[in-house]
Amino acid sequence: MDFYLGLLQIVGIHTLLGLSAYCVLLTGQVSLAQAGFFAIGAYVAGMLTVLGGWPLIPALVMGSLVAGLIACAVSFPALRVKGLMLVVATLAFGEAVRLFFFNFTYQLNRGELRIGPHGGEGFRQIRYFPEHGWTTFDVMVFIWVIVMAVMAALWWMDHSRAGAVLRAVGEDEVAAQSSGINITAVKVFAMTIGGLIAGLGGGLFAHYTTHIEHIQFGVVLATFAVAYSILGGLSNVFGTLLAVIFIQGFLIEGLRFLGDWRNLLFGALILLAMNVRPRGLLDAGTTAALKRLFVRNKEPAGARAQRAE
Amino acid sequence: MLELNALSKHFGGVRAVDGVDLSVAAGEIFGLIGPNGSGKSTIVNLVCGLFSVTDGRILFRGEDITRLPPHQRTARGIARTFQNIRLFGQLTVWQNLWVAQNGGQAPVEQGFFRRWLGGSRRARAEIERTLAFFDLAHKQGELAANLAFGEQRRLEFARALAGRPSLLLLDEPAAGMNAEEIAQLEERIRKLRQQGLTVLLIEHHMELVMSVTDRIAVLNFGQKIAEGTPAKVQADPLVREAYLGTAKVA
Repeated sequence: MDFYLGLLQIVGIHTLLGLSAYCVLLTGQVSLAQAGFFAIGAYVAGMLTVLGGWPLIPALVMGSLVAGLIACAVSFPALRVKGLMLVVATLAFGEAVRLFFFNFTYQLNRGELRIGPHGGEGFRQIRYFPEHGWTTFDVMVFIWVIVMAVMAALWWMDHSRAGAVLRAVGEDEVAAQSSGINITAVKVFAMTIGGLIAGLGGGLFAHYTTHIEHIQFGVVLATFAVAYSILGGLSNVFGTLLAVIFIQGFLIEGLRFLGDWRNLLFGALILLAMNVRPRGLLDAGTTAALKRLFVRNKEPAGARAQRAE
Repeated sequence: MLELNALSKHFGGVRAVDGVDLSVAAGEIFGLIGPNGSGKSTIVNLVCGLFSVTDGRILFRGEDITRLPPHQRTARGIARTFQNIRLFGQLTVWQNLWVAQNGGQAPVEQGFFRRWLGGSRRARAEIERTLAFFDLAHKQGELAANLAFGEQRRLEFARALAGRPSLLLLDEPAAGMNAEEIAQLEERIRKLRQQGLTVLLIEHHMELVMSVTDRIAVLNFGQKIAEGTPAKVQADPLVREAYLGTAKVA
């Protein structure tokens, strides 16, 4: 049972990571910096609860805000470059963050122990959950309440004018500019929202895993973030969730029995998924079909008869 | 309304636009014609800010807008269409207009919440009116990419009007249209002018240009070679030469 609870936790956290990349991807930008923002959120929130003695929720909010603020600051110079150059720039930023935490030591004496981030050895004993008597189930529920709240907020944004403007910039920057959209402001906004969400996910990750170190926040994690949002498709936030379940639940955990062959199949299945569904697992067509199915079932019989006339 | 003072744009050694002076009065339909490569589209790109000016000035309602970024020019009331249609394909017809409501007089509510996150009744009413004007009301839920060619042209025109511009730059709006569609286009341009819109029309379709415009400027190799009423421009020997080549007397 604990295995499945743990899986649900990791799916929830990675969904936040994927959603952070989804926001940025809506404006047509591929960012490999999301793992960096995730790391910032993880370290800040962890240090606040462990060293600062903060309650969990303010610490998570603070981690999210710091990551969002840094994302906002980084996006100004980063967004001067486009396409592949942006990928390289954000990759460099992500690595810089990782290397910062590789060298970052800030420890305090707490009784017999020295606690806090310790460079390459990482940051141990982020024990907020066990110390406060949270069971694995509690943590799982907590994570999913946050994931649901973030998904609901993004769903709302997606269906507001703000979401349409983000997509317009992703579709055609020249036409967007000529339609009076300030594309720099829109991209900075998307990066900031992405940073906030990644930071929040990072804070949860630190407390879920109790031990973080720089190597967890490397290129692989950054690639996963982008892979979730691309594989899931940009039609709505559920695509990303579906992609995380597909990759974390099915490919990584479900195929564990295959041993070393799993890694080979992993790549092949992602390639297959991208070929069969080039616009993502959950594309606009599928969404429309699902909606039709759903709406028709709910429609009163009178309306249907009326339309038939 | 719009004034170009000795406007130049050079791409490396190519003088795409070379010292053009132009003045478009408020409420006028002004035609800009010339052979391919004469610099017409470059002028549109300079006026709406997609290209930076090499030399010269652009004045809009007396204000120097030469160095303003594109979105700020749109906010001041300049809108355009593109020669090769550039819609937001994965957005619906309705959304294409919604995101473009950015002009100075656009009917959007003030305040962050209503403007960006909530709906606005005035904005909705405006979009519906514009879509009806372009005969696209029945398509409002469709993705722009799924429209037929003629519909896409109309949608781009509609999107340009969504921000309530005072100056509209039309870059070859009749390209690829049949006679009936061109007649409709002409009627729409006339109706919009009655509502006070100023239009700078770039077009190859001479019948349309000659019948709808008040004045015309002719470009050749980036320079203005003639300007005046349609009749005067048609009779100009320099214009005939630019279009037909020099008459060789054997």
